[in-house]
Amino acid sequence: MDRRDTIKSMLVGSIAGGFILTACQPDADEHKKTEAASDDQYGRTDKEKAHDLQVLGEAFFNEHEIATVAVLCDLILPATATAGSAVEAGVPEFIAFIVKDIKTHQLPLRGGMMWLDHEATKQLGQVFITCTTVEQKELLDEIAYPDDASPESGQGVKFFNLMRNLVLTGYYTTRMGIDDLGYIGNTPNTWDGIPDEVLAKHGLSYEQEWLAKCIDQEKRAVVAEWDEEGNLIN
Amino acid sequence: MQIKQSSKVYDVIIVGSGAGGGMATKILSEAGLQIAVVEAGPYFDPADPAHKTQMKWPWESPRRGAGTTRPFGDFDSAYGGWEIDGEPYTRVPGTQFDWFRSHMLGGRTNHWGRISLRFGPNDFKHKSIDGLGDDWPIGYDDVKPYYDKVDKLIGLFGSKENLPNEPDGFFLPPPKPRLHELYFIKGSQKVGVPVIPARMSMLTKKINNDRGVCFYCGQCNRGCSVYADFSAGTCLIFPAQKAGGQIDLYVNSMVREVSTNDEGKATGVTYINKDDRQEYALNGKVVVLAASACSSARILLNSKSKQHPGGLGNSSGMVGKYLHDSTGASRAAFIPALMNRDMYNEDGVGGMHIYTPWWLDNRKLDFPRGYHMEMWGGMGMPSYGFGFNVNDLNKHIGEKVGGYGDRLRADVKKFYGSIVGISGRGECIAREENYCEIDPEVVDEYGIPVLRFNYTWTDHERHQARHMHNTFEEILDAMGGKILGEKPGKEDDFGLLAPGRIIHEVGTTRMGNNPSTSVTNAYEQLHDASNVFVVDGGPFVSQADKNPTWTILALAWRTSDYIIDQIKKRNI
Repeated sequence: MDRRDTIKSMLVGSIAGGFILTACQPDADEHKKTEAASDDQYGRTDKEKAHDLQVLGEAFFNEHEIATVAVLCDLILPATATAGSAVEAGVPEFIAFIVKDIKTHQLPLRGGMMWLDHEATKQLGQVFITCTTVEQKELLDEIAYPDDASPESGQGVKFFNLMRNLVLTGYYTTRMGIDDLGYIGNTPNTWDGIPDEVLAKHGLSYEQEWLAKCIDQEKRAVVAEWDEEGNLIN
Repeated sequence: MQIKQSSKVYDVIIVGSGAGGGMATKILSEAGLQIAVVEAGPYFDPADPAHKTQMKWPWESPRRGAGTTRPFGDFDSAYGGWEIDGEPYTRVPGTQFDWFRSHMLGGRTNHWGRISLRFGPNDFKHKSIDGLGDDWPIGYDDVKPYYDKVDKLIGLFGSKENLPNEPDGFFLPPPKPRLHELYFIKGSQKVGVPVIPARMSMLTKKINNDRGVCFYCGQCNRGCSVYADFSAGTCLIFPAQKAGGQIDLYVNSMVREVSTNDEGKATGVTYINKDDRQEYALNGKVVVLAASACSSARILLNSKSKQHPGGLGNSSGMVGKYLHDSTGASRAAFIPALMNRDMYNEDGVGGMHIYTPWWLDNRKLDFPRGYHMEMWGGMGMPSYGFGFNVNDLNKHIGEKVGGYGDRLRADVKKFYGSIVGISGRGECIAREENYCEIDPEVVDEYGIPVLRFNYTWTDHERHQARHMHNTFEEILDAMGGKILGEKPGKEDDFGLLAPGRIIHEVGTTRMGNNPSTSVTNAYEQLHDASNVFVVDGGPFVSQADKNPTWTILALAWRTSDYIIDQIKKRNI
């Protein structure tokens, strides 16, 4: 079962218990994920590995909460013609992890979702996730624009700010999000200055005097030698 | 508890493996001496896949690089931080100090920004200029030959500028400025603030056949797997081992104290092995402390004996005194002209390509010492925190803040790379009233008495921070920026960060010619015990408006040469 299927299953609730109760009864996929996050893949110390394992083994959200997170994820970042949605990028799993890792997020998210359900029930007679998409958006419109929100929605605004932050950060730290953003670094290269067309667009240019001090990338592999005054001679 | 004794007698025991300890290890082992290096943390090699964080993507960390276990984020190579489980420190009520420790091979050289600045002639003799603090017993000319040697051994980029108090060195050529840095250059020029190429220890050009050349991933804080930046492990200790040095490396070994004999001379150290929690003793003819300014002071103060009742080297009562960190303040701005950027790889070196050394005359100002400025910005790799308050900047351009759906994607791209900032790093006057001492009641998990800090800022530093913010605003404004946040006022110490936050703390075993007002002599040798030396930031008399590492390295080399000479002459 891939991650997208996992999330879909979570939404209908069939294996949500398995996901949440990883510590008690890990299914094969979850076990594999735990292992993957705890090997040497990102340079952990023994203590950090133990911390990761512990956090991965804990549960915080209940079934209804994780379903609500997922619905909010895809309202905040739905799929486009070229990029997948927040759920497709695995953002709900990230949020389920980060609330265990940064525990100060727990109460605001849990209470905020309850606030949202209360508001939905008051206005529409049902919890947020069972409202239609149109209704969900109407509810979000009351809390998604801090400058326009009514004073009575203050708590909801605060909750939605946090949720939006976590969805955005969760999304743009995945391959899918980074591709959508267009970041093309984190790869060996030879920096040799701002592209000419970018300089032109900004009406800027390098000063010749400054450029004369800079590295000639043709000579980067030549072992440096200086004269006695510290002038580089090669 | 029985202390496990070894029969081996080392020529030199070096406590700590950061800049000072690494340099001492290299120079002393090359002289054929038998060395023990005792490091409180684990082995670390940024090229080892088990340790490596360089070139990792954010999703390779389940917390996407957040700072839960490492204060600078999951991918920063430095273990430790301002708080370490089981290793507390305390503060005198009403005072502040945050103590950053990185227990690992290479110590805090795995973390630092690689900004590599020589102290200038004035920096060694500042009391003669403004009457504050003290002069060093040595001057620039004493250290210059060693700065030259450090430049050639380790490598740094920079440019010859012939500035009076910013000595030039043996530089590799700097990288070209990035786009936001051109904006900084232009904005600074408008308001008359000079900007020059940064001086940092990354290899833009080959320096020898053992180390690689920078491949511009912008991740020096993660440690370089081809050793193209400086850290003490990769550039000093590994080469010393490779050259056949007789070096025994004790890792996870926390030194408790220096042991001394009836004559008051050091005979070795005792340490706790963190793995088995047993105490061990090592014998050595010379002890070189390089545990970091405060850790070395702690070891000395905990080394009490009949001959040294107030702690080793502390007959003057000066151990721990004159603690001072750089001042620090920062400000950020949104540059509308940098919206909707064209995408290209501008990772560059890890950190700034340009900077501003101190450029004004303090005689005309209401604070006595200077600061330098570091500029930042650019299209960096996202990690935890990216996308927070995604479109708050809309308020600066008359558009709606908040929302959900596709407009958020557009806003992320619109503002990506449009935030820049400046950090000021200045000199704090060293004062006897700022100190660390042994807390009379508290021990760490190894039973070692811990440090208690007492540190306050004065108006010297507050006025300097106020000036920093004024300068930041002038430059950011001249760049067309919308300055973010309010200018901090008096109630916030004008934005000064807490002492210890800049991680440049020095001065706790300061050098001097007078044994009643200093701990070490001009060769970083204890006045009270001729075979004990301190080669970290402790012997600094004053900090200058520069980062301390290059001076720690130069002085450690100079002291190592002196130790070799003194051993040859049988003086120690």
